[in-house]
Amino acid sequence: MAVMPNLLPALPELFLTLVILSLLMFGAFQNTDSDNGQQQTQTVVSWLSVLALGLTLLLMVVFSGTRTVTFSGMFISDSFAVYSKALVLGGSALAIIISQDFIVRERMSRFEYPVLILLATLGMMLMLSANNLMSLYLGLEMQSLSLYIIAAFKRDDQRSAEAGLKYFVLGAVASGLLLYGSSLVYGFTGTTDFTVLAEIFANSGAEGPSTGLIFGIVFILAGLAFKVSAVPFHMWTPDVYEGAPTPVTAFFAVAPKIAALGLFMRVMVGPFSSMIEQWQQIVILVAVLSMIVGAFAAINQRNIKRMMAYSSIGHAGYALIGLAAGTSDGIRGVLIYLSIYLFMTIGTFACILVMRRGDRMVEGIDDLAGLSKTHPLIALCLSVFMFSMAGIPPLAGFFGKLYVFLAAIEAELYGLAVIGVLTSVVGAYYYLRIIRIMYFEEATDPLDNNISSLLTSVITVMAAIIVLFFVLPQPIVNNAAIAAAALFPG
Amino acid sequence: MNSFPILSLLTFLPIVGVVFILLIIRGDEQVVAKNARAVALWTSGFNFLLSLFLWFKFDTTTAAFQFVERIDWMPEIGLSYAMGVDGISVLFVLLTTLLTPICILSSWTAIQNRVKEYMISFLILETFMVGMFVALDLVVFYIFFEAVLIPMFIIIGVWGGGRRIYAAFKLFLYTLLGSVLMLLAILAIYFEAGTMDIVQLLKYPFPPAMQVWLWLAFFASFAVKIPMWPVHTWLPDAHVEAPTAGSVILAGVLLKFGGYGFLRFSLPMFPDATLMFTPLIYTLSIMAVIYTSLVALAQEDMKKLIAYSSIAHMGFVTIGTFTLTTQGIEGAIYQMLSHGIVASALFLIVGVVYDRMHSREIATYGGLVHRMPGYSLIFMVFMLASVGLPGTGGFVGEFLVLLGAYQVNSWVAALAATGVILGAAYMLYMYRRIIFGQLTKENLMKITDLNSREWAIFAPLIILTLWMGLYPSSFLDFIHVSVVNLIDQVQAAQAASGGLDLATVGQ
Repeated sequence: MAVMPNLLPALPELFLTLVILSLLMFGAFQNTDSDNGQQQTQTVVSWLSVLALGLTLLLMVVFSGTRTVTFSGMFISDSFAVYSKALVLGGSALAIIISQDFIVRERMSRFEYPVLILLATLGMMLMLSANNLMSLYLGLEMQSLSLYIIAAFKRDDQRSAEAGLKYFVLGAVASGLLLYGSSLVYGFTGTTDFTVLAEIFANSGAEGPSTGLIFGIVFILAGLAFKVSAVPFHMWTPDVYEGAPTPVTAFFAVAPKIAALGLFMRVMVGPFSSMIEQWQQIVILVAVLSMIVGAFAAINQRNIKRMMAYSSIGHAGYALIGLAAGTSDGIRGVLIYLSIYLFMTIGTFACILVMRRGDRMVEGIDDLAGLSKTHPLIALCLSVFMFSMAGIPPLAGFFGKLYVFLAAIEAELYGLAVIGVLTSVVGAYYYLRIIRIMYFEEATDPLDNNISSLLTSVITVMAAIIVLFFVLPQPIVNNAAIAAAALFPG
Repeated sequence: MNSFPILSLLTFLPIVGVVFILLIIRGDEQVVAKNARAVALWTSGFNFLLSLFLWFKFDTTTAAFQFVERIDWMPEIGLSYAMGVDGISVLFVLLTTLLTPICILSSWTAIQNRVKEYMISFLILETFMVGMFVALDLVVFYIFFEAVLIPMFIIIGVWGGGRRIYAAFKLFLYTLLGSVLMLLAILAIYFEAGTMDIVQLLKYPFPPAMQVWLWLAFFASFAVKIPMWPVHTWLPDAHVEAPTAGSVILAGVLLKFGGYGFLRFSLPMFPDATLMFTPLIYTLSIMAVIYTSLVALAQEDMKKLIAYSSIAHMGFVTIGTFTLTTQGIEGAIYQMLSHGIVASALFLIVGVVYDRMHSREIATYGGLVHRMPGYSLIFMVFMLASVGLPGTGGFVGEFLVLLGAYQVNSWVAALAATGVILGAAYMLYMYRRIIFGQLTKENLMKITDLNSREWAIFAPLIILTLWMGLYPSSFLDFIHVSVVNLIDQVQAAQAASGGLDLATVGQ
């Protein structure tokens, strides 16, 4: 007899699913024949989506309790999942908000846009709650498929279509790698359940895990590294970031990245925790390469979105330092890093969305020249984000790095930490370049001045969070510590 | 002790001024500029008056930290917001609060574009500088230490001269590169000692092998900041391109960060490594003193010449610091304080003629004494103070350092003394070319002497220089007890560990 599974742990996901379905129906039955009708529907659906994300967050926080496993061990709800899902939900909501102005102006105002973002978010939530290689894959694919479509959402734009296709092909390869790795793990252990896997590895005895199993883990690692755009699986990132419509890039840089890193952490310190010796060296290598490529390749970029792509590769490298430490403090560091990264990145992309001239988007770094004269507030906020990304105290980005490096030193990964700080100096160079162009150079052809107040307020709030983080760090730091501890039961 | 949070107030009062400028001031550009100047001057002036409280209330009989404040900040990694001053830091706080209003006053007419942003930058800079000197938590110290780069980068980059972008980047990246290694050392210290509290760390016995690495990491940061040869090259560029007030703060306060860091951290926390690396410091310092003095002799740009002379003077500071004698260390602190005043004044002196002629080339000038007698007088006082003429502050510092060095190593003292001679050579040479001779250049015929605002800027600096030269006890009394305590501590620690066994380092 089939027993009804406990639905309570998955309540936020179920709620979001229902919302997505109803919004889809709502949109489909609206009058979308005229541009105006389409736009109205889109606006309504977008704000309902933001509301839904907020309610999901609320549901999740209210019903978050102790660690619970449900759906025959496929789905887990613990404080780690709650914390990282909160980041993802926040990132998605902010991404929808900052898209509003853009998608109307760029004539891509269709109600499917917010719905697809919601679908991707749902996939990410499932990823973060995965307790089985199967549910991991399902969540990941649900996320990825929605993302492919969103990347190509501006259908009449060649670059957008190219970005979508590129993302799809390379993403499919990565999914294949992941699936292949999972099948190897299944073949050598006979299970896909994380809890059982952890026990098997812990009791693997003196001879250690078999070579086939290690191969499986390496494949899984490669697949995950692709999703977090870590070197050497980063090739898609600059092209997709550049080609996709800017608010989509903002979304890509935040939510999927956080979700993938969350998944990365759950898999590595969950089922594979006792194989740390095997995966630690890979993660260290990937982190080092990401930081180096992220720092050096960004220097010569002329397109700000491309620069941000390399910057995000570098940030993935820093976050992976915490994972490489493999300790609870390391995971805490990554979570704090990601939280701050979320605010910085959304803020920066909101500033990029401001860059319009003659009502057309411009993306050259040089287009920012003299911004401090023409748009003093935006320039000030963007410099806050840049200094913060460079990790200069007292801005929030410094504390993100502080916690990550703290974990690396604690785990005695001195070489990794030294490379990390040195590349952060190189990184500072290109972040400073943005500030230089805004403050030290004169505007030749100023950007448009009609900025939507929505964007301005998002930018201001994000900058305020970054500047004032040091005043009240406890909400983020303490919750991250609780979340990290959840991955290390007992 | 004292429950009134005077140090936090001193640190964050300038931020109140910033908020005031940002929120209150409205209107057209002229009005905004006028009001921003006034707010900045009032805030920093009031802050200086407030800091006099430290001067009068500071207890010179104890080496303990005073006016201590402590609040838990990020307890899970041992961070607390802690502040306090002792004899080593208290005068630096006063130096900072004195120089900031002087800088703002000196930019009164020189800065005409983006006045509001300029004043905000200087007030923020003051907050970070004061915070750096009074921080009693290692991470809080680091935050202030590094945060200084943000306003300094902006000041040089926006209001600087022709190669300002290059200079601003060089300053930022050089000092950042040094500091990040110190950050890692700070984290390593945390895991070794389990605290970030400076008061406790000063007493913590670090294992000798670890001391070497930590010392090197701290050295990387302080050596760039102070700056020592051969990582000094950012300084001449930064000085030349910075606006006058930027140079003043750079020479007056920022260079002292490195010397302060050596005294506060390297000596007491890593005594064995200090002993081991003393020959290295001596060598680099003597190189700096002689080499940069010779370079200064060849300069055609006034600011560059003073910048190189600063590096030479900082060489004295490092020598004095590492002699580990009372005279040497007191001399080093004294040298930093008097250099803070004298070098600042010299940059202001350059600023005076730069404002009139828009040239820093020595060759532009000549025979200024005929048109500017007051200016020539003031220039002479500070030029001689920089040379180290008895009766000025510069003499006391250099003399004490040489006295300390002579007790430890007479060669070091002898070689460092050549720097004094060379110093006299390049300063007098510059003075002759600018001030004396016939006034032949056409465009100098109408140059005007100091106005009352400029007199107001130089008056306190002159008084201080002479005061420091004629009656040094009123300053040395602040320093003495803390320095004696520092030396006792270092020697006790060195005796306890029996010196650093080099064989253990390689392992």
